[in-house]
Amino acid sequence: MKDINKLVLFLVLIISFIFYSGFLYTQNADLAAIAGTSKDLGKKIWQEKNCIACHQIYGLGGYLGPDLTNTYSQKGSNHIKAFLRSGTQVMPNFHLSENELENLTQYLKSIDESGIGSPRKLKINYDGTIEQP
Amino acid sequence: MMAQLSNPKKWIARKFFFFALFLLGTALIFGLTGALEYLFPGLFKDYFSFEKIRPIHVTSAIFWIIFAAIGAVYTYIEEIGEKGIFSKKLMNIQFYTLASTVILILITYFFGVFGGREYWEFHPILAIPLGFSWVIFFVNVFKSFISFKKQPVYVWMWMTGAIFFIFTFLESYLWLIPYFRSNIVSDLTIQWKSSGSMVGCWNMLIYGSSIYLMDKISGTTQYSHSKIAFSLYFLGLFNLMFNWGHHLYTLPTASYVQYISYAVSMTELLILGRIIMLWRSSLSTAKKNYHLYSYRFLLSADIWIFLTLLLAILMSIPAINVYTHGTHITVAHTMGATIGINSFLILSFVFDIFGIKKVSPKRFNFAYLLLNSSLFIFWSALIVAGVLKAHWQMTENTKVFSEMMNDLKPAFMVFFFAGIGLATALFIFIFKILKHVRSLK
Repeated sequence: MKDINKLVLFLVLIISFIFYSGFLYTQNADLAAIAGTSKDLGKKIWQEKNCIACHQIYGLGGYLGPDLTNTYSQKGSNHIKAFLRSGTQVMPNFHLSENELENLTQYLKSIDESGIGSPRKLKINYDGTIEQP
Repeated sequence: MMAQLSNPKKWIARKFFFFALFLLGTALIFGLTGALEYLFPGLFKDYFSFEKIRPIHVTSAIFWIIFAAIGAVYTYIEEIGEKGIFSKKLMNIQFYTLASTVILILITYFFGVFGGREYWEFHPILAIPLGFSWVIFFVNVFKSFISFKKQPVYVWMWMTGAIFFIFTFLESYLWLIPYFRSNIVSDLTIQWKSSGSMVGCWNMLIYGSSIYLMDKISGTTQYSHSKIAFSLYFLGLFNLMFNWGHHLYTLPTASYVQYISYAVSMTELLILGRIIMLWRSSLSTAKKNYHLYSYRFLLSADIWIFLTLLLAILMSIPAINVYTHGTHITVAHTMGATIGINSFLILSFVFDIFGIKKVSPKRFNFAYLLLNSSLFIFWSALIVAGVLKAHWQMTENTKVFSEMMNDLKPAFMVFFFAGIGLATALFIFIFKILKHVRSLK
């Protein structure tokens, strides 16, 4: 393979990659988004307590605790707060303040509203692809 | 051109390897500690809970691979002898910046200070020295070559890994801007796009070095300049750029993300087909070089490439991914790739670079067999656990999560004991390497 061919192929791939990345960055993202909303602060707590080490969102994350994608609609806000206040046999009590509990719950609510997390409910097509119900 | 490096003065990047071995030890200890929590839930809950143990294990494992990959690239660039490394001073600055940052990251984890995301859980401020150290690496690699003309494929791979890491690393911090993080689906898409491609970057460094090592063992440079080598390199690059969507099939992302990734991942069948086609000639090469310790690790890595690739291709079919996603089958795939492929290739570099030949064959064979058999049992136990969890999550049932986890305990037990075997074998190798280096000093 000649060097010039290699370079052309490399450049074609790079350009395609840049366009694809740029296109993805514009999907779903919100230009008016601001920091400091309740769900945004909840996300911060989620990261600072490293919840993802044990829990999953859409099947992504740790394996020690349950997936929390739709826990808000399944269990409700009070149930979530009660768990967070007392901890469980496995999960420590993180001693969150009432404000922090509310923000974290709002973050879980925003995740819940984004789609269905249970793979059982997804539609499997004949061509091997899947889709949200 | 390809001088032997058994002279300690030529181990120019040795500190990268020693630090990598230290991190491997940490990854093993905290991996076993974490596995204990699966057997006895809540065991260390009050003082050292799982959200601290997991990132210490994962970060140590990732940086074991990164440090050793960088060390191998530096050593082999020096060995090629075109003009050697551009700047040894820059190399040292990179080492001390990176090593001190990693130590700081592990300390912050120990005290429960987080703020980042999965696999990069540390506070974002620590990403600055990490990124800076990688820029130094990029400069050092690119400046080490006089010209880009007629370079072998491994040089292309090293350069690709060095430059793309910077891009994917920056991309993984776009979440700091509210525009990118406000929508959870968009945020997860970018996170897993960058994470998936980043793994491809250090794989470029490691696979490049393994091609160089195979050239060195076979005594010919034919392959690294061949059409097939460059075709496979471009196929790898294509997958690095576009084959990350299998992490996101179950998300409500745009359907083209799934279609593109599904189609691109099927190109990996070409690599799988090639491995099967070359099986016979691989066997004869294996017979010829079996006495070389470094080759023995390359051979094991070849088998793990086959197993991991097979699993990866299956998981890339969305209709199958819907079953495996979020289960321990994904962990089996990761363990196969990080231990069976990356770690085995790194061990082959270490045995080659430090010229380790004096280990008693009996002891080497014991550790080698223990390592391979433990890994296979470890991997199989994870697949069994994954199949059981997949059954639970795909059927309507009344079992709650903790009951399902209880059902998985026999598999976790096997996983834990195989993990002890794996760690024992790797500690034997760490000990042998350090003993050899001390004897030469």
